[in-house]
Amino acid sequence: MNDQTLFSIFFSAMVVNNFTLAMFLGLCPFMGVSARVETALRMGLANIFVLVLTSLAAWFLNSFILDAVPYLRIISFIIVIASLVQIVEMVVKKISPVLFRQLGIFLPLMTTNCAILGLAIFQTNRGYGFMQGITFAVGAGLGLTLALVLMASIRESVELSDVPNVAKGTGLVLIIAGTLSMAFMGFAGLL
Amino acid sequence: MRTTTPSQDFIRGIWNENPVLIQMLGLCPALAVTNSVANALAMSAATFFVICCSSVLVSAFKSFIPSEVRISAYILVIATFVTLADMMLQAYAPAQHKELGAFIALIVVNCMILGRQEAFSAKNNVFRSLLDAIGTGIGFTIALVMMGGFRELLGTGSFLGVSVFGPNFEPWVIMVLPAGGFLTLGFILLAMGYFEQRKKAKTELAAEASS
Repeated sequence: MNDQTLFSIFFSAMVVNNFTLAMFLGLCPFMGVSARVETALRMGLANIFVLVLTSLAAWFLNSFILDAVPYLRIISFIIVIASLVQIVEMVVKKISPVLFRQLGIFLPLMTTNCAILGLAIFQTNRGYGFMQGITFAVGAGLGLTLALVLMASIRESVELSDVPNVAKGTGLVLIIAGTLSMAFMGFAGLL
Repeated sequence: MRTTTPSQDFIRGIWNENPVLIQMLGLCPALAVTNSVANALAMSAATFFVICCSSVLVSAFKSFIPSEVRISAYILVIATFVTLADMMLQAYAPAQHKELGAFIALIVVNCMILGRQEAFSAKNNVFRSLLDAIGTGIGFTIALVMMGGFRELLGTGSFLGVSVFGPNFEPWVIMVLPAGGFLTLGFILLAMGYFEQRKKAKTELAAEASS
């Protein structure tokens, strides 16, 4: 059992050890859907939702099932995540078809988002309890959203400026991400 | 139906369709564990093992896997081999295993591996899938070792732990920190874009001269 306070877990997951900018998790959506602020925000919110569900599921598996069969950890986590995403997809489709259309392909792709599996594994490795796990998930989700929205707003303004031909595309995005990551390093001494 | 020769299957993944540098797949491990050459090598070895084994298994069983559940089946196959790789690394290279930590388990969600199963192994025989997997694995290793080399060389002034620049070198600490990962890959891509552009300009010039 880990005895970190909830606040320090939350703050650490959100800015100090930001999932995207400090631990490189969830880079696919970070590169893929950060062209528009609106899409980025929606993706971030969907991420928070799935992260919290994953954290609950991981806590349940860890407390009641995986003690007996620790070598099945990776396999059971990924199955649970895949089914969770599938269930969320069906529920959203039934309850709010509009939201379902807006999220589009990003919802099923969340299965292979390393941030989700990463959360489950970090939570296990650090021995977080029930509340700690949920706080960790919300913090990590907000951190992802923050990084996505920041990146999207920078990209929106870069689009209008005159960049050299050679830098158009992923190279420039990565260098912007590097600069953002440097900015986030400033939080390192906080906790 | 077949448009490529076996040797093309093998070579394609190494450079022309390099998973990390061209297709931008598997970026998480490529950025996260390349702060030293040793880590990059351990990560590449684990990924190489996983991609080869799962490609062989998926292509051998491709006629038994119903297409509705194929993605889940691939992920299960990959997760099994990742568990094996995790245990083997823990047994034979405990230092590296500790250093890489959760990123070994995260090989499961490396889109490069799933992408090769879906795009190649599910449609081709065992031998060609193995060639394709080996090629992709080597391409991944090249990209990772390149990044690890740059970052370790500039960030600590050494290569594989051996000092290169001597004791008077002031290390660029930023290169071994997360920001350095983004910057290194960004600059590698910029350099590649520059050479690509120069090559294109040259061929255009040659075409103009001959016409």
